[in-house]
Amino acid sequence: MQSFAHLIDRLAYEPGRTNKLRLITHYLAETPDPDRGYALAALTGALSFKHAKPALIRDLVAARADPVLFALSYDYVGDLSETVALMWPADRRGRNAPPPPTLTEVVDTLATLPKRELPAQLSRWLDDLDETGRWALLKLITGGLRIGISARLAKTAAAQLGGHDPQEVELIWPALAPPYTELFAWLEGRGDKPVSRDPAPFRPVMLAHAIEDADFDKLAATDFAAEWKWDGIRVQAVTGRGDLGVPVTRLYSRTGEDITAAFPDLAPALGHVGAIDGELLVVRERRVQSFNVLQQRLNRKTVTPKLIKEFPIHLRAYDLLAEDGEDLRDLAFMERRARLERFIARLGSARVDLSPLVAFTSWPELAAARADPQSAGAGADSEAIEGVMLKRRAAAYVPGRPRGEWWKWKRDPHIVDAVLMYAQRGHGKRSSYYSDYTFGVWIATESGDQLVPVGKAYFGFTDEELLQIDRFVRANTVARFGPVREVVHEEEQGLVFEVAFEGLQRSTRHRSGVAMRFPRINRLRWDKPPRDADRLETLERMLKAQPAGKPDADAADHDRRQDIGNGPTELL
Amino acid sequence: MRPQDILTPQPAGLYCKPGDFYIDPVRPVARALITHGHSDHARAGHGRVLATQETLDMMQLRHGEGFAAATQSVRYGETLTLGGVTVSFHPAGHVLGSAQIAVTCGATRIVASGDYKDAADPTCAPFEVVPCDVFITEATFGLPVFRHGDAAGEIARLLASVALFPERAHLVGAYSLGKAQRIIALLRAAGFDAPIYLHGAMDSITRYYQSRGIALGELRPATGARKQDLAGTITLAPPAATSDVWTRRFPDPVTAFASGWMRVRARGRQKGIELPLVISDHADWDGLTATIAATGAGEIWVTHGQEDALVHWCGTRGLSARPLALVGYGDEDAEDALPTTASAEGGS
Repeated sequence: MQSFAHLIDRLAYEPGRTNKLRLITHYLAETPDPDRGYALAALTGALSFKHAKPALIRDLVAARADPVLFALSYDYVGDLSETVALMWPADRRGRNAPPPPTLTEVVDTLATLPKRELPAQLSRWLDDLDETGRWALLKLITGGLRIGISARLAKTAAAQLGGHDPQEVELIWPALAPPYTELFAWLEGRGDKPVSRDPAPFRPVMLAHAIEDADFDKLAATDFAAEWKWDGIRVQAVTGRGDLGVPVTRLYSRTGEDITAAFPDLAPALGHVGAIDGELLVVRERRVQSFNVLQQRLNRKTVTPKLIKEFPIHLRAYDLLAEDGEDLRDLAFMERRARLERFIARLGSARVDLSPLVAFTSWPELAAARADPQSAGAGADSEAIEGVMLKRRAAAYVPGRPRGEWWKWKRDPHIVDAVLMYAQRGHGKRSSYYSDYTFGVWIATESGDQLVPVGKAYFGFTDEELLQIDRFVRANTVARFGPVREVVHEEEQGLVFEVAFEGLQRSTRHRSGVAMRFPRINRLRWDKPPRDADRLETLERMLKAQPAGKPDADAADHDRRQDIGNGPTELL
Repeated sequence: MRPQDILTPQPAGLYCKPGDFYIDPVRPVARALITHGHSDHARAGHGRVLATQETLDMMQLRHGEGFAAATQSVRYGETLTLGGVTVSFHPAGHVLGSAQIAVTCGATRIVASGDYKDAADPTCAPFEVVPCDVFITEATFGLPVFRHGDAAGEIARLLASVALFPERAHLVGAYSLGKAQRIIALLRAAGFDAPIYLHGAMDSITRYYQSRGIALGELRPATGARKQDLAGTITLAPPAATSDVWTRRFPDPVTAFASGWMRVRARGRQKGIELPLVISDHADWDGLTATIAATGAGEIWVTHGQEDALVHWCGTRGLSARPLALVGYGDEDAEDALPTTASAEGGS
């Protein structure tokens, strides 16, 4: 545990990718099995510990430390695990200075430990570890590692151990499980390359870069094909032949999580052996529904017949990665596309269709289509389109985010000017900054115009702007509520944010009656007096103008999207 | 006489009325007793200054000749009578020459400890517990999250990083007076005998340490060294210099910072530190609380730092404690500006 702790401690501060790789590879080379395997699992997000919750850690420290000292410390440090790790009053009385636990010991013990024994076990480990070890243990078991390492980077570091291409590790990865002893044996030249025995394996997905205006100058429109960017869930639908030739169908999220069980209505439509890359959507009466509607179908504990009927799930296919045991990923996109068209036709299912290509010959032409998908062939489905995807016609299917092959070009976000009302201190590296902002727009009331909160944002600004806002908040506080400060917001006094967001929804949880999707601080309008900020009527008009989702959709649930689509992400 | 009549906080600093002197005054006064050479405690412009020889030498080094109208040096343990009180200086373990000042008036003894640490430091005399009635303690690291651990372990992390990244330079931010020399001495104790490079701002004070018999091995100026020759080396620089254009002379530098603040991760991240080293010249939480208990003082005055937690802790131990409102003292590591002697680098 200590050497793993030192690794992630160092990684948490190291900004350079090459140096991160060096640190991880060095650790993997120096650390014996199975510890290094569990470390690789931790870095790739393959470990989870279901019983260790922040509340448990609070209870542990409450049993050991003075509550006032804990409160002062927590307020200063701003991160629960770190506070507890640093101030933990180790009690080594009556114990013969046992060595600190290994990572393997932690993983093995937690796999079988009854929940009621967890507090005592954790306390013993905390007693035996040092500050860094305690921090790593608490971060690991609460799932909050957040050290800026993607699974891809960790796998690349493992590949470097044996001088292999990371792609090779990616391809066999789905067949592997912690502590990856087979993998290390192969990487170190002591064993054969592990092979996948899964009849319907996941294949790591290819991702797109967001395109910037400047990129178009370097790209020829004729080299690219375009598709609509659907506002659904990226999935991979794989059918293979299992034992005795019985077909096996699996549906994977973009991170390779098996989500087949949640969509029993889709699997029967996927009868042919192959691997489709596509978008999961709800289609009602041949019309693709917005993400708000799809959301009602996601993350349900039980999938009832009523749910299936009300939210019929569809797969809109845009790529074919394998067919009848043949790997198509090295083919050019347009060749795969031709295979895909035939494959979908052969399936002949109303549940699975093709994502159409968007015809264009120049960037301005595509820009027009993106601005108005309805007239560019998307028809009624345009509600569920959030932009266009550009795919290089000659590009092979490469896992990860290769430069220059796939691009996403989203529709322009909505923008309003809103006034900063409340600021809350951030966590982690932002623990000493006021970095979470609640902002509002004007409404008319009997006692004159007032600001009403319409959203909260904690990103979009630069580090320098964060410093400026933090200074403004501290200098213009009018009231404090725990970690929250109310900031001056008068007609002539206050700070105006230009807020960008992806869409609006009706919300019963917000006094304003509207909620924003993905709001972010676009610009600081130091030049603008709060009285010139937007009014709620502006948002009401935007709400009416945008294609309607399910009218009562609860905006606050939108975060649930994160649960299905994302694995461990890079630290912001 | 009540303790608060012996030593009283005033805008210029802690004032002793029966002895008519200030301790570490922040404004020019007629008579000043100085605990140690850091600039927030040892300012120029006083009439008469009483301090250890090392502290006087450091003040002269920093402020030049004539930093005070008259000076008098005092040895550790020596007792002097000033007006109605006696004073004595005792090792504070903070930096070379640092002292706690014991002020005795009648049967009452107050110890103003200045900045102190109870951890081992090869570059200065070890901290000495002075039994007293009132103990004035700093609280720079007065929260239980601050535990500095073993400095040798942090040096081992630095050396492991140098071994792992031999093509990069390691740049260690360390306060010029005290911390830098301690890091060098710790590196030598760990067996690192290659030349250590120094930022120009550290040159004269480090040579002063060497002149007092502290062995620091071979030291070289970083200025003038060729970039490729700095790969695999360790350079010490004032903290502010490690984020300055000055660092461009180093090959892909790993930025380290040696400070007690590095215990809290957000602090290191905010400064863009890659290798935080928890090495402090101040007592950590365990050091503060152990020292308070060891002095036997029934009354504790807490100054500069995180007073709240330490005052609360004293209360839980049945000790009378209060924060002492003294302004003008900071933690030297938190100082962002380069020391004035940085001009020695000549904008290079």
